[in-house]
Amino acid sequence: MRFFKEVFKSPVHWKEIINQCFEVGYKSLALITVTGFITGIVFTKQSRPSLEDFGAQSWLPSLIGIAIIKALGPLVTALICAGKVGSSIGAELGSMKVTEQIDAMEVSAINPFKYLVVTRVCATTLAIPVLALYCSAVALTGSFINIYMEESTSFLSFAQNTFKTLTFIDIFSAVGKSIVFGYTIGIVGCYKGFHAVQGTRGVGKAANQAVVLAMFLIFVEEIIIVQIANWIRLY
Amino acid sequence: MEQLNEHIIDKSESVISIHGLYKSFDELHVLTGVDFNVFKGENVAVLGKSGTGKSVLIKIIAGLLKPDRGEVIVLGKHVDKLDPKELDALRLHIGFSFQSSALYDSMNVYQNLAFPLTMNVKNLSKKEVDVAVNETLDAVGLLDKIKQMPADLSGGQRKRIGIARTLILKPQIMLYDEPTSGLDPVTSAEINELIIKVQKQYNTSSVIITHDLTCAKTTSNRIAMLLDGKFLKMGTFEEVFESDNEQLKSFFNYNFIQ
Repeated sequence: MRFFKEVFKSPVHWKEIINQCFEVGYKSLALITVTGFITGIVFTKQSRPSLEDFGAQSWLPSLIGIAIIKALGPLVTALICAGKVGSSIGAELGSMKVTEQIDAMEVSAINPFKYLVVTRVCATTLAIPVLALYCSAVALTGSFINIYMEESTSFLSFAQNTFKTLTFIDIFSAVGKSIVFGYTIGIVGCYKGFHAVQGTRGVGKAANQAVVLAMFLIFVEEIIIVQIANWIRLY
Repeated sequence: MEQLNEHIIDKSESVISIHGLYKSFDELHVLTGVDFNVFKGENVAVLGKSGTGKSVLIKIIAGLLKPDRGEVIVLGKHVDKLDPKELDALRLHIGFSFQSSALYDSMNVYQNLAFPLTMNVKNLSKKEVDVAVNETLDAVGLLDKIKQMPADLSGGQRKRIGIARTLILKPQIMLYDEPTSGLDPVTSAEINELIIKVQKQYNTSSVIITHDLTCAKTTSNRIAMLLDGKFLKMGTFEEVFESDNEQLKSFFNYNFIQ
């Protein structure tokens, strides 16, 4: 709750938010690219035989579109970022806590929550949805390459078939869940780091718990958001 | 060797005044009725064994910890009754030198000093920040380390940069937490000189938490001996050192043997 109280209060540390967006977003690009590309190829390869059994291989792009944009893109990005970014935030803040750097900020009349927590949570909440969209695009590219090598489908045809079954609610829920995942990764990492105790052991523990708890919450949120999206679609 | 200045002490004005201070952590009673005061321009060393609550005392003075009971008045303000904004305003007049130096790992020396300044003083030009950082680093004799990262500095240099980072806001009160711990005798002597220099150059009043007798003797106008959560004796180094109290004698004997 304190995050929502502090986030709209002046001053807003824009420079630090941009710096953290760079840390979260730009520095995760390589990993997201590789993972997204492989996810696209593997998912296409795994799905093809099942669809062929029913003579429905022409549905492959639609299936891929639904699976990647609605579920795999946001989920894979969130899980990678929970591991990479969540642990990094937990360890960094944990280390600052046990070496009294957070106390040093406080006695210098700087609000450490505002400067360290609010900026990092804003950065993950902003950067992770962008990364998720990027991951989906890369995964679709991987998928297209695989389909093109098998069937020589044109990119236009692939794109039309991929997006024809997707609705506004699908895209909206994918972006929405990425925002929730981003917020979760940031707030869990910061919470665990900010409350680290017992020296260097506590730092390791904070980083580890940040990853485990964030991943668990991401799966719980995924179920809830899918249910809400389905409910909206029905009514 | 810098000499302590007795003439700048104004005994009519207390900058820190503590009455009946109690602090416990669960079942551990750390401070049990502490009365303490520091006059303007005075350096007071708080001596005591490890775990007697010396650091807890200055963390309460800086508002990092809340007292369970008692009155803590710093520069005329009741620290435990201030709201966060008022506490921040008070903290601009308090410098805190941490035992571990607590330099920001991700920032170089320049950024470590510029950070509290730019966060607290609005509309400063880059040139004004540069001048303030250079002047403060020059005062602690480490201007040549301006571009280095904290990890590249020695223990003594880190302590000096930590002190410089607090001095950049021109505090009225300095709180030193074990300024010479973990340092060799030569570097300790340099830090002691710096503490005296800060008192003269910046007209600060200081509380120096230490168990180093040399540090206490050379840097302080008065000494307060903390044992079992209370001040056993306060006075000049000689007055405390020559006390007949058995606990004091055993503390001094042990430290001399060390």
